[in-house]
Amino acid sequence: MIDRLTDNRGLDSFDYRFLALVMAILGIGVLSIHSVTHSQQTGLAPYYIKQIAWILMGSAAFVFMLVSDYHRIARMAYPLYGVVLLMLAFVLLEGRTSKGAQRWIALGPFSFQPSEFAKLVLILVLAHYYSKTPRVGWLQRVIMPGMLMFPGLVLILKQPDLGSGLSFVAVYAAMLLMVGVRSKALGVILLLVVMLFPFAWEGVWGSLHDYQRQRIMAFVDPDYDPGGKGYHALQSRIAIGSGELMGKGLYGGTQSQLKFLPEGHTDFVFAVYAEEWGFLGVLLLLVLFVALIWLSLEIASKAKDQLGALLAAGIVAMLCFCVVVNIGMTAGMFPIVGIPLPLMSYGGSATIMTMASLGLLLNVKRRRLSLFY
Amino acid sequence: MATSSTHESELGELQRRLMLLRVGLLLVVGLLAVRLWHLQIREGPYYRDLSENNRTRSVLLEPARGLIYDRHGVLLANNVPSFSLYVTLEDVKDREGLVQNLADLLGLDPAMIRKKLAVRGSKMLPKKIKDRLTLRDATVIESHRLDLPGVMIQVESQRNYPGGMAAAHLLGYVGEISPEQLEKPEFADLHQGSVVGQYGVEKSFDRHVRGQAGQKSVEVDALGHEKRTVLVDKPLAGNDLYLTIDIKLQKVAEELLGEESGAIVALDPTSGDVLAMASRPGFDPNIMSRELTPKQWVEIVQDERRPLNNRASQGQYPPGSTFKVPMAVAALESNTMSPSSSVLCTGGYQFGKRIYHDWKATGHGYVDLHKALIQSCDVYFYTIGQRMGIDTMAEYAKDFGLGHETGIELPSERVGSIPSTAWKLKVKKEAWLPGETISAAIGQGYVTVTPLQMASMIGTVANDGVSYRPRLVQAIMDRTTGNLQEMPAVARGKAHAKPETFRIIKEALAAVVTEGTATRAKSSIVTIGGKTGTAQVAALGKEKKAEKDIPKKFRDHAWFVAFAPVEAPKIAVAVLAEHMGHGGSAAAPLAKEVIETYMKLLSQEPAVVPQS
Repeated sequence: MIDRLTDNRGLDSFDYRFLALVMAILGIGVLSIHSVTHSQQTGLAPYYIKQIAWILMGSAAFVFMLVSDYHRIARMAYPLYGVVLLMLAFVLLEGRTSKGAQRWIALGPFSFQPSEFAKLVLILVLAHYYSKTPRVGWLQRVIMPGMLMFPGLVLILKQPDLGSGLSFVAVYAAMLLMVGVRSKALGVILLLVVMLFPFAWEGVWGSLHDYQRQRIMAFVDPDYDPGGKGYHALQSRIAIGSGELMGKGLYGGTQSQLKFLPEGHTDFVFAVYAEEWGFLGVLLLLVLFVALIWLSLEIASKAKDQLGALLAAGIVAMLCFCVVVNIGMTAGMFPIVGIPLPLMSYGGSATIMTMASLGLLLNVKRRRLSLFY
Repeated sequence: MATSSTHESELGELQRRLMLLRVGLLLVVGLLAVRLWHLQIREGPYYRDLSENNRTRSVLLEPARGLIYDRHGVLLANNVPSFSLYVTLEDVKDREGLVQNLADLLGLDPAMIRKKLAVRGSKMLPKKIKDRLTLRDATVIESHRLDLPGVMIQVESQRNYPGGMAAAHLLGYVGEISPEQLEKPEFADLHQGSVVGQYGVEKSFDRHVRGQAGQKSVEVDALGHEKRTVLVDKPLAGNDLYLTIDIKLQKVAEELLGEESGAIVALDPTSGDVLAMASRPGFDPNIMSRELTPKQWVEIVQDERRPLNNRASQGQYPPGSTFKVPMAVAALESNTMSPSSSVLCTGGYQFGKRIYHDWKATGHGYVDLHKALIQSCDVYFYTIGQRMGIDTMAEYAKDFGLGHETGIELPSERVGSIPSTAWKLKVKKEAWLPGETISAAIGQGYVTVTPLQMASMIGTVANDGVSYRPRLVQAIMDRTTGNLQEMPAVARGKAHAKPETFRIIKEALAAVVTEGTATRAKSSIVTIGGKTGTAQVAALGKEKKAEKDIPKKFRDHAWFVAFAPVEAPKIAVAVLAEHMGHGGSAAAPLAKEVIETYMKLLSQEPAVVPQS
């Protein structure tokens, strides 16, 4: 493995800027997790230590996805998808229940969330499909990929996991935008729909009565707002807003330190960060994310072949979607759905999956100079 | 390579479309940045404020009320620790669930809890639900703490009266401030749940005894559980009161009344100090200071014997023959009678068609003022009353403090009534009838007084006309500075009579005890002067019934007013025993007991005002 990693013949140079950005965001994540959980009693080890362990495991996945040729990985797409569907089905039947939703498979002391891996596998499946299939009509362009996505989507929504479900749809929509729709105008509309979904949602959502929202949310996501009406959203807004320009300093976030902010180390880690580091810190983080996504888009646009470009585009789209929706929901722009902030939220499955995706991205970059064989 | 070129063109198209993603990304991140700028910069101070409130809770620290002592430093009211239950609504997620939980755990009425929670006020401030929790209940709450977010047990001081029922009317009791009281400016710095004096000295000196509440800011977590204290503003304990009463004398007076209704007031005529002020039936201020159930409250309020009524300062009774004391002064001072001129008493006094009877049907023969007082001759006073007229009588009665407030520092003092022609026009809207003057002359008819007024009146006579406002508190000890503020005796004025008049009257009053109607008040250790009174409650028919045949509630009230020693008075006493019949038999012995007790106490321990 080391040989293959250091053997640069026919490969592009390793992108250290990319790695630096990833490590910076991971570091901020660990720091925020430590800040919010350092006073909590945990069983095995403190959350931040566990998160570092996840990052180490994610690094292994990152390296694995980097060194093996993405063409070979993509050829495994359908079997992998089959495995993911089986796991999703298994979760529904046997999975560990937490907060009213079944999302986890227990593996000894760890639990494992198949829906996270399903996202990456979906990207592989769709990229593989589009790169192999002549796209002549609607059937091949839109319907077939939709059919591919559908069973996974249904199983995820059944858990229920609205956040992962939305990510699923977002990946599909991004792929459609790249290759699935022929007209540029339609593409733009689709893009706007995907990108502005959170904001549009707020418009529609905001016009509903509270009880209507609650009924809808209780239907699709019982996890939503367990503490009371708007409690999460309000506490999160207070956390972010009270950070003001300079923030309250590390460990100084009263909202998160005093547990007013629920899920401070997972889905609401951004609020913890924003409270402690203020608007300046928030701008820095946004710049880091934009830079990372920008480099990823660069990779997609310089990819040697469609499979590489599609993989890169899908990963970028997923990353984008998760970042925007997570920050958007913590900032109270749209209802709370369980989407973690990539590279920052605590969680094994998501961290490993995101790092594996980034490994795959770099894989595409590395091989842009190599010949097919 | 057609497929390859298609592939190439499709790849080119795909990669051109990535431009859309870039534009979209910048657009969306821009929107996020604007939103975050709005939250953190534009609305930042607002959210900062919210977050401060979110994490801190203000807990009011109730002050300990000042202690109350008697004139010798015997403790009459103190504080004992007690557990109070508070709920902070801000931390309560499921209000109804909490109400049910608390009701189940403590066996309380859910409606009561709901009512307490519904009291207006900040959600951030804890609301008091119950005080005087038992140790068991407090333990139950503490052990269920995690299931009861927002619930807090606070150790507070609870008012305690070690003497039980002793001096209850005088001390009064405390209670939670009422919504009506909260509206008043004098309670401006108080809040729901504050304990204030509701009766007695506790009420009239509440301002001094109350102290000042402190505040503790604590940081709490989302469950409302205290994490640490941010700031403490310690409460200031209330000031201590040193009363003028002697609790030993007070207890003797109360025991003398026993189960009967009545009042005994003992004053120091030279200063106005209230030495004892007993009213029966009584109550236990410890119970009254607790939260009473509505049933208990109704029972107490509807008790026909009205135990909450302080008969000494609020009971208004016809003074009967005790009224003859100021009337005698009036007769001499208005030159209606000279001390030596006599009136013939044949047992009745005819005015118009009506005959006003003397208590002694056979009559007293020729009586002068001295003899009239000793034997309590009614005809003599009918005669002088008729000669003076009601307005002159009223003028002198008022000169001795009757008909207006004595100014004692107790809530809701009553004034009784001293009729005059103007009074009747004003109050009854009728003209004065001459016959009414005759009843008034012996303290019947429209004349009513309180026992406190009568004690003050006889004290004024004993003190040769100089009167003081009855004083209950001799000193207030400031807890913070340690300063002792003495409350001076307040002279209230002087009854307008010559010293000679007082000498004559006092001589007669001494003879009342030695040879007159009050021989049962005669003491072997001290000279006592006094006057009996028997206040008619209901006009009975012509034929005299034996007292035991009359239903108790129609029997006469027994009065006795006295002072001692006659030569240099140190104590003035008024005894009123409701429905006990003749003053000479029912009231005079009680006064004698009180006076003798006081004289003995005086020789044992002189009053001590504590040193600061």
